[in-house]
Amino acid sequence: MKMKQISQILAVTALVGMSGAALAASATMDKIKSSGAVTMGVRESSIPMSYTTGDSRFDGYHVEACRMILNDIKDKLGMSTLRINYQPVTSQNRVPLVQNGTVDIECGTTTNNANRAKDVGFANTLYVEEVRIAVKANSGINSISQLAGKKVATTTGTTSVQLLRKHEKANNVNFDEVFGKDHADSFLLLESGRADAFVMDGSILAGNIASAKNPKDFKIVGEVLSTEPIAIMVPKNDPEFKAAVNAAIAKMVANGRMPALWDKWFLKPIPPKNVVVGLELSPATKNAWANLNDKPAEDYAQKK
Amino acid sequence: MALDFGVFCKSTLDGEAVDHCFSSLFGLGQNADPSYLDWLMKAWGWTLAVAALGLAIALIVGAVMGTLRTLPDTGRSSRMLVRFATAWVELFRNIPVLVQVFLWYHVIPSFILPLKLLPSYWLVSIALGFYTSARIAEQVRAGIQSLPSGQRAAATALGMTTIQTYRYIILPMALRIVIPPLTSESMNAIKNSSVAFAVSVPELTLFAMQAQEETSRGVEIYLAVTGLYALSAFGINRVMTLIEKRSRIPGFISASNDASLAH
Repeated sequence: MKMKQISQILAVTALVGMSGAALAASATMDKIKSSGAVTMGVRESSIPMSYTTGDSRFDGYHVEACRMILNDIKDKLGMSTLRINYQPVTSQNRVPLVQNGTVDIECGTTTNNANRAKDVGFANTLYVEEVRIAVKANSGINSISQLAGKKVATTTGTTSVQLLRKHEKANNVNFDEVFGKDHADSFLLLESGRADAFVMDGSILAGNIASAKNPKDFKIVGEVLSTEPIAIMVPKNDPEFKAAVNAAIAKMVANGRMPALWDKWFLKPIPPKNVVVGLELSPATKNAWANLNDKPAEDYAQKK
Repeated sequence: MALDFGVFCKSTLDGEAVDHCFSSLFGLGQNADPSYLDWLMKAWGWTLAVAALGLAIALIVGAVMGTLRTLPDTGRSSRMLVRFATAWVELFRNIPVLVQVFLWYHVIPSFILPLKLLPSYWLVSIALGFYTSARIAEQVRAGIQSLPSGQRAAATALGMTTIQTYRYIILPMALRIVIPPLTSESMNAIKNSSVAFAVSVPELTLFAMQAQEETSRGVEIYLAVTGLYALSAFGINRVMTLIEKRSRIPGFISASNDASLAH
């Protein structure tokens, strides 16, 4: 008898719990509405995508895009103000922090791939990254085929390390790989002559060259080694929030705001040092705007 | 959270399971592409190599510097040697080890050009060795100074030179006394070798950072790496305990100096 009572109570509790979940169609939107605040995950030094400009202020191409998106969601929820809390994240903790709800929307430099898509959701891609080669301008290197047997720098903890390994295997060549502990370190290896080339995401190469002592000493050369969609990360089990984010993205693209945003962050001087990244809008990114989608990196055919 | 150690049997190229997961470890099979386990073992080898070379440099330089700091004041040259050894110790123990590694890798080779040709493995071992040598020198000095002053006086009375005094009287006792702190220092060398990742030596820490990014299996990767660090440090501990037991001379050093209390 007692057992039955307990099981009845349990059943009722479960029902109440379920109906609560059903009412809260979007946990994230409910949270934003009730707290009047949203937590945006940002990077510390991913210039110009997402970085700090000092005094715990954050800015960048993706950060500004997210502010536009959140502004749109604020209007949709009929709120007069929405406080944005910035939460710096790293490559290691960004996925867990979105999973456990600490971060509502991550606006950094996260590659949308099938592995991560098991844990988190990705909004439609606004930026397509191309992995390129940076060399010294006077080195005479123009293509990855000239790098066989040369010292090639890349950064520990990035997909480029694996990319180089695959390239070595596929083309039966051998690079002498050197690993920087971060991008600045890898660039120093190139600058000091310890490496002949630095293989990394184009925006990172451009950003490092822009802030070098003599930007003219370096250039980005060669073919695109890999193409990866960099996307805004949202919680996985919240399709309504993702739909709201995608609707805001569609509106931004339709209103023609993306080219101006690109100009602002990639082609004009940016804070805090007023350097110009100087990365032209790539056809791949243009294509992503024209055909908004959340395809993972695996769907982007590897270009040689 | 479910742990999946199967990640170590995956290929580092395409993420598929390899044919010879464990058998490749013992040379029974050869994987077409290396698995994460193969890579882990290679990384462990680098960690041990950096630690071993660093420790060898540290023990030799540390013993010399520690001895020099205790030289009796017999003239100008001995005073210069004492000063030199003191400066050495203060220089290398007052700079953080990671900064020293960067100095040896980036700064010093830009002044002394031939050093640029040395592989980063040697440079980081030198950095780690000199850093640890300062600590070992202090322990050797403590061991020498813990000896009763009568020992040195007796050697002098027998007509021994300074070198003979150290060779036959002081060092054989002092070095035995300092084995327990040297054990800690040797284990530190294993742990400090993790800074080598910062200058592109593909050791365990670099493996952990890279492999967890590629596999999204950070917990398993870090558990394995932690286990190997602990195992390596414990192995050093066992070797040092063995040396301590073997080199002990009954009644030579006080009875409380029991090897079983050393760790």
